[in-house]
Amino acid sequence: MTALQKKPENPIAHLSAEDIEIIGKELDTIRQEVRDSLGEDDAKYIRRVIDVQRKLELGSRAALLVSLFPPAWLIGTAGLSVAKILENMEIGHNILHGQWDWMRDPKIHSTTWEWDMASPAAQWKHSHNELHHTCTNVIGKDNDLGYGIMRVDEDQKWHPLYLAQPLWNFINACFFEYGIAAYDLELGKNLATKKRRANPEFRAATKQVLKKIRNQAGKDYLVHPLLSGPSFLPTLAANFTANVVRNLWSHSVIMCGHFPEGVETFEKTSIEGETRGEWYVRQMLGSANISGSKAMHLMTGNLSHQVEHHLFPDLPSNRYAEIAPKVKDIFDRYGLTYHSAPLYKQVASAWHKVIRLSLPNGWLAETTPKNAPAQIAKLVRMTTGGKKVRRAMARAA
Amino acid sequence: MTTTDPRPTTARPRVALRDRVLKFVEFATTPLLPSDYLDLVDPLRSGADLRGRIEAVLPETRDAATIVIRPGRGWRGHRPGQYIRIGIDVDGVRQWRAYSLTSDLTRIDGCISVTVKAIPDGKVSNHLVRKVRPGTVVQLDQAAGEFCLPAERPEKALFITAGSGITPVMGMLRNHPELTDVVLVHSAPTADDVVFGADLRRMADEGRIRLIEQHTDTAGMLDAGAIAELVPDLAERSTWACGPVGMLEALEEHWTAAGIAERLYTERFRPTVLVTGEGGTVSFARSGTTLEADGATPILDAAEDAGLLMPSGCRMGICYGCVLPLREGAVRDLRNGEITTAAPGDGVLIQTCVSAAAGACDIDH
Repeated sequence: MTALQKKPENPIAHLSAEDIEIIGKELDTIRQEVRDSLGEDDAKYIRRVIDVQRKLELGSRAALLVSLFPPAWLIGTAGLSVAKILENMEIGHNILHGQWDWMRDPKIHSTTWEWDMASPAAQWKHSHNELHHTCTNVIGKDNDLGYGIMRVDEDQKWHPLYLAQPLWNFINACFFEYGIAAYDLELGKNLATKKRRANPEFRAATKQVLKKIRNQAGKDYLVHPLLSGPSFLPTLAANFTANVVRNLWSHSVIMCGHFPEGVETFEKTSIEGETRGEWYVRQMLGSANISGSKAMHLMTGNLSHQVEHHLFPDLPSNRYAEIAPKVKDIFDRYGLTYHSAPLYKQVASAWHKVIRLSLPNGWLAETTPKNAPAQIAKLVRMTTGGKKVRRAMARAA
Repeated sequence: MTTTDPRPTTARPRVALRDRVLKFVEFATTPLLPSDYLDLVDPLRSGADLRGRIEAVLPETRDAATIVIRPGRGWRGHRPGQYIRIGIDVDGVRQWRAYSLTSDLTRIDGCISVTVKAIPDGKVSNHLVRKVRPGTVVQLDQAAGEFCLPAERPEKALFITAGSGITPVMGMLRNHPELTDVVLVHSAPTADDVVFGADLRRMADEGRIRLIEQHTDTAGMLDAGAIAELVPDLAERSTWACGPVGMLEALEEHWTAAGIAERLYTERFRPTVLVTGEGGTVSFARSGTTLEADGATPILDAAEDAGLLMPSGCRMGICYGCVLPLREGAVRDLRNGEITTAAPGDGVLIQTCVSAAAGACDIDH
């Protein structure tokens, strides 16, 4: 992946400035149509999802009270995993985007909602809604691209440390909610200097995160196991499993949103003075969808409609499916690629990219069974050699 | 006489224990509250936010209906003449309105009722009169309002009402049979449009009240002078009036001129928008929202339309439930055109329900 502006064939070179503004207007019209038609059925939808999720969670936790009994463990763990996924994805993420603020129900509002997640809602809203959604896929500005710990672009200099990137990515996936919390705190940046560490704002935010983690972990790893009495350990294991399942699932879905091969990234300078039309086009090129059943869309919190979500982050998620054909039609008419594929393909594609970029530029593509020994030898030399060796070899490639 | 040292009461440890149990349950449900789960089962239980369930919708006239509501356990009752605020979802959007209570306090089923007249283009009133179904759960506030009879009942009472202005008065007539000398002057377009027409005429037949109906489609409007002619002993009567603003102002003028202003009590349903002007940009720093508001729209309405959660109350400039600090800028009071300005740091408290932007405003919310 190379930032769009550096590509030999720019995928939007054929669009005039006028085209881009018309695309923007067409998308604005779609948005307005949905906004004008929001009503009772939409309100019923989100209330029903919340109702089902709460009952599923209650039922599952009740089953886990007797989780010494293996079938109860299985049912409870499966149910709790699904409940936690629904709570984070279709409910929490979307409410915190303000998708349901129009209902004016203080119980379902972006300013009052809190979720089952290590990162407090307020901090997540800042890093996600303000930073990621406005600077989507802009290298150096959108920290969602690799969360600041991964190499996400060929133009980023390769370093042997990146060889561990697939492992890193997997560990991050298992404990994703803590990764998000650390990322919302900008831990990497804020722990770097003494001055930043002492910043009262950072300290207050850290305190909030620790309190949130204490509450969430206390609930899953102490309170509910205690309530289970003799089933203490099975319940603890069940809650841990459900959290890991939820983390792996949400990490996969989110990776599919912006990371599959073919999704574009952008240079920092390219968004200076960006028009509304240009912003829309960047969102169109920077996102990828997951195709699948209604159940799949529900479980991904409709982030399977990542393209639609990025164009209209505050439209209710239950409406993305109906506008998807209209959005795709705009892509088709203006000769842009609408990325959409089944989950397994998108996950594989995203992982392929993680692995490819963990290696020096071009290494994976050039390697065949035949030249494998030579390639491995080259990789070893690049890994063990110093900066100079790497630079020389990269140039030679 | 002996004195003993005060013994530690047994109540304290018990409260502490209850608190600890509650704390533990909160730990088990965090980040939600136990009440979020209890609401799934019993939204009307005691301790819950005050809500009610609509039990019946009884048509009164072609455009008015009485809504019978079973209030939640937290309902503290009301005095006849008071109103309640009802929050109901219309087309998925929570809307709050105030309506006068019309129910009989002695109802054995414990239900309360409000009577609503559908006004043209009235989002909520039309929904309540024509669409809402029994079983719907609505949000409620405790009863409020001072349009009530004093503890010492007047010997002679006069009620002057028009249209839906009869509703708080009906609440009083139903619950104060001890009033022996009552005159009711009520105006409505036709005989069929009189809300509670049958009940009022029966009360008149039974001799409980003297009823003067004015059907304005055929007989025109009554002015204060005409009322004085119809009720010769008007000056001796305590008077309660409820109806359109124009009518109330005419009455106030007449009563003041007669030197008996203190015997007239009035109730308004809507604020009188008198003065509008240029609007402006309103920013809500803490919510991170900025919007353009015109000079005729209350800031409360403009903010709610933008999806903001705003404190609100009577929506007519009386209860001060909507007050927020204006950090900087200027607002116009829609009732009298008065301009309120704030310099940075002032934090002038303004009533958002009757204030419109008069230039750029920065509101602390």
